[in-house]
Amino acid sequence: MIIELGHYALVLALATVIVQSVLPLIGTIRGDRSLMAVAPAAALAGFLLVLFSFSVLTFAYVVSDFSVANVWENSHSLKPMIYKISGVWGNHEGSMLLWLLILVFFSALVATFGANLPERLRANVLAVQGLISTAFALFILLTSNPFLRLSPAPAEGKDLNPVLQDIGLAIHPPLLYLGYVGFSVCFSFAIAALIDGRIDAAWARWVRPWTLAAWSFLTAGIAMGSYWAYYELGWGGWWFWDPVENASFIPWLAGTALLHSALVMEKREALKIWTVLLAILTFSMSLLGTFLVRSGVLTSVHAFATDPTRGVFILAILVFFIGGALSLFAFRAATLKAGGLFAPISREGALVLNNLILTTAAATVLTGTLYPLVLEALTGEKISVGPPFFNLTFGLLMLPLLLAVPFGPLLAWKRGDVLAAGQRLFAAVGVGLLLAAAVVYAQNGGPLLAYFGLAIGFYMIAGAITDLWLRAGLGKVTRNVAFRRFMGLPGSAFGAALAHMGVGVMVIGVIAVTAFETEHVVEMKPGMQVEAGGYVLTFDGMRRGQGPNYSEESGHFTVARSGVTVTDVWSSKRLYTARRMPTTEAGIRTFGFSQLYVSLGDAMADGGIVVRVWWKPMILCIWLGALIMMAGGVVSLCDRRLRVGAPQKVRKVKPALEAAE
Amino acid sequence: MTRKQKRLAVIGGGVAFLVAAVLLVMFAFSQSIAYFYVPGDLAKANVPPGTRIRLGGLVENGTVKRGEGSTITFTVTDTLSTVPVTYTGILPDLFREGQGVVAEGAFGTDGLFVADTVLAKHDETYMPKDVADRLKAQGVELSGKETIK
Repeated sequence: MIIELGHYALVLALATVIVQSVLPLIGTIRGDRSLMAVAPAAALAGFLLVLFSFSVLTFAYVVSDFSVANVWENSHSLKPMIYKISGVWGNHEGSMLLWLLILVFFSALVATFGANLPERLRANVLAVQGLISTAFALFILLTSNPFLRLSPAPAEGKDLNPVLQDIGLAIHPPLLYLGYVGFSVCFSFAIAALIDGRIDAAWARWVRPWTLAAWSFLTAGIAMGSYWAYYELGWGGWWFWDPVENASFIPWLAGTALLHSALVMEKREALKIWTVLLAILTFSMSLLGTFLVRSGVLTSVHAFATDPTRGVFILAILVFFIGGALSLFAFRAATLKAGGLFAPISREGALVLNNLILTTAAATVLTGTLYPLVLEALTGEKISVGPPFFNLTFGLLMLPLLLAVPFGPLLAWKRGDVLAAGQRLFAAVGVGLLLAAAVVYAQNGGPLLAYFGLAIGFYMIAGAITDLWLRAGLGKVTRNVAFRRFMGLPGSAFGAALAHMGVGVMVIGVIAVTAFETEHVVEMKPGMQVEAGGYVLTFDGMRRGQGPNYSEESGHFTVARSGVTVTDVWSSKRLYTARRMPTTEAGIRTFGFSQLYVSLGDAMADGGIVVRVWWKPMILCIWLGALIMMAGGVVSLCDRRLRVGAPQKVRKVKPALEAAE
Repeated sequence: MTRKQKRLAVIGGGVAFLVAAVLLVMFAFSQSIAYFYVPGDLAKANVPPGTRIRLGGLVENGTVKRGEGSTITFTVTDTLSTVPVTYTGILPDLFREGQGVVAEGAFGTDGLFVADTVLAKHDETYMPKDVADRLKAQGVELSGKETIK
C-alpha cells in the first residue's frame, strides 16, 4: 500500500510541476500577478511530493520489501543498513528519482530564497525549472519506474553490485547530482533572462551564488568519485578518463568558466551574451552527461543501465532543452545590450583567457568522449580514445592556464599592467622553483618535466598567498592595519585565493604521483619482503574471514622502516555470496600525504600469491586540492555581497529593475 | 592601439588559440586512437607490430598459463580464430576462462600480442559491448547471461 502511495505521489508531483511550468509563463505573458504567484507554491508542493515518493522507495529498501522489483534487483536482506539506503540510488531507476528530487529541491530553494527577485524573473525561472522537472518526472514514470511490483514476491534479493557497496558510493552520486543538477538553476535564469530580453549586473549577482553552490558540490562529487575509484577498484588509478568520469568533468569545466565570466558580468557588465550562453551550455553538458551515463550508449565501469527506449527518451529531452535554449538564444541574444569595454590586458582580459581555455578544454574532452560513439554510429568502426589522448590535449591546454592563474587577480579591472603583476609574482616564481628543487632532491632526482610541473604547483600556491598579501598591504602599512585589512577582505577574495591554491595543491599531487610513483608486482610467500617508498613490507600470511554478505581472504603485511616496524596492513579479496562476484579490497596506509597501496592478485598453485604494491607519493594532495577548491567556493558563497537578501544590495538593485518594468 | 585594433587583437588571439587546439586534438587522435579487433579480423586487417589495438573475445578454456613471476599467457578466441596473448600484472577480478575479455596492447615482432591492460566484464551480466557485437556478427551464440542486459 505504502509503495502505491509513493507511486501516486510521483504522479501528483508530475501534475504539480506541469502547473509550475505552465501557469507562471501565462502569468508573465499576460502580466497576471496571481498566476505568477503560483510558481513558488507549486515548486514547494512538487518538492514535498517527490521527497515523499523518494522516502517511500528508501523505506522499501530499509525493510527489504522484495515485492518491489527495484528493491529485489538491487538489495539483499543481509546487506548492512547504510548500503541498503545507498542502494536506493545505486541503480538506474533510483538514481533518476534522486536526480528529480534534487532538481525539485533546487526549485524549492529558488522559491524560498528568491523572495527578493523581481516577480517576473522568479516566475520565469521557476517555470523553466518546472519544465525540466516535467521532462524528468515523465521519464521516470514512463520508462524507469522504481515502484513496479513483483508477484509473487521473491524471498531474497539479488544484492547490489558489490563494488557499489561502499561508503564512497553512498555519498558520491548525491554530491555529483547536487552539482550538475544545481546548474539547472543557472540555465533557468538564463532562459528567463532571454524570455524577458533583459539582463544586467543584478542578474549576474543572483546567478553567481547558485553557480558557486553547484560548482562546489560538483567539485566535491568528482573528487569523491575519483577517490572511490582509487581505493575500491583496486587498480591504484585515480582518474581513468572513462566516459562516465568525463560526463561529470565536462560540466565542471564549463561551470568553472561560468563562475568566472559571471564575475566579469557582475562587476563590469561585460560578457553578458557569453555568460548567458555559457549558463545554457553548462547545464546542457549536465544533460548530455546524464544521457551518456543513463542511456547505456557507453559501456564502462559505471554502466549499469542499458535499455534503448530510455536512451531515446533522454535524447529527446536533450534535444528539446538544448535545441530550444539555443534557438531562443539565437533569437534573443541580439536584444541584450553589450556592456563595459576593457583592454586585452586587464582583469576582464584574464578572465576571458580563462574562459577561452576552459571551454576549449571542455570541448576537447567532449570530442574525445563522443568521437568513438559518432564514428561507430556513422561507419561501424570501433575505436577507443584512451588516456593518452586526454593527457596530451588536456595537459597542454591547461599549461598556459595554470601559468596565468596567479596573474589574474593581480591585474586591475579595465586596464591592467602585466609587467607590474609579473614583478609582484617574482617571489612566487622563486618559491615555486626552490620548493620544486627541494622535492626533486628529496626524491633523488626526477625528470625535468616533473620538476617544472611541481614548480608550477608551488608557484600557484605562492601566487595565491601573494594576492592576499598585497591586498592586505603587508609591508606597506603597519602590521595592525594590515591585519585589519586582511580580516576585512571580502569573502570572494579569500574564496578565489583558496580555490587557486587548491589547484596548485592538486597539480603537485598529480605531478608527484605521475613522476615518482613506484609499482611492484611480485609473487609472495609468507616471510617474503618487498620494498616501496622506503618502507619494507613483509608478507605474514593469509586469513579467511566472513562478512555479513561476503566471504574474504585477507593477506597480512607488516610495514617496517629502517628495520623498525611502523604499522601493518590487510589487503583482501572478497567474494560476494549473492552475485558470486569477487572484488579486491586494497590495503592502504597513509604516511603524511603519501600512501602505500597493496592489492592482492591470484593465488598460485605453490602456495604463493601475486601481490601488487604501489608507493603513491603525495597522492592525497590530489583530493586535498579538490577539497580546498571546494572550500574556496563555499567561502566565496559566504560573501555578504553575494547573499541574496543582503539589505543594501536589494535597495541598490530593485529600483532599477522595477523602473524597467 | 585603437579600439578596433584591440578588438581585432583579442579576436585574432582567440582564433589562433582555437586553431592550435584543433590541430592538437587532430594530432592526438592520430597518435592515440586504438582500433578494436576480434581475432577473426586480424588476418584481413594486417596490423603492423607496435600499433596499439584493442583485442576482444573470449578467453579460451584451458589456455590460461602462469609463467615467470606474474606473467600470464592466455588465448583470445572468437571461436573461429585465436590469438595468443601475454600479460604481466594482476588480472582483473572477473577474468575467467570462457568469459569475455578486452586486451589492450600491441603485437611484438614475433607475432605475440603483448597486452598492457586487460579488461574483463565488470559484473556477471555484463560483457564488453564491442565483444558482444562482434561475436554476434561472427555468429557466436551467446548464452543469455553473456549478452548485455
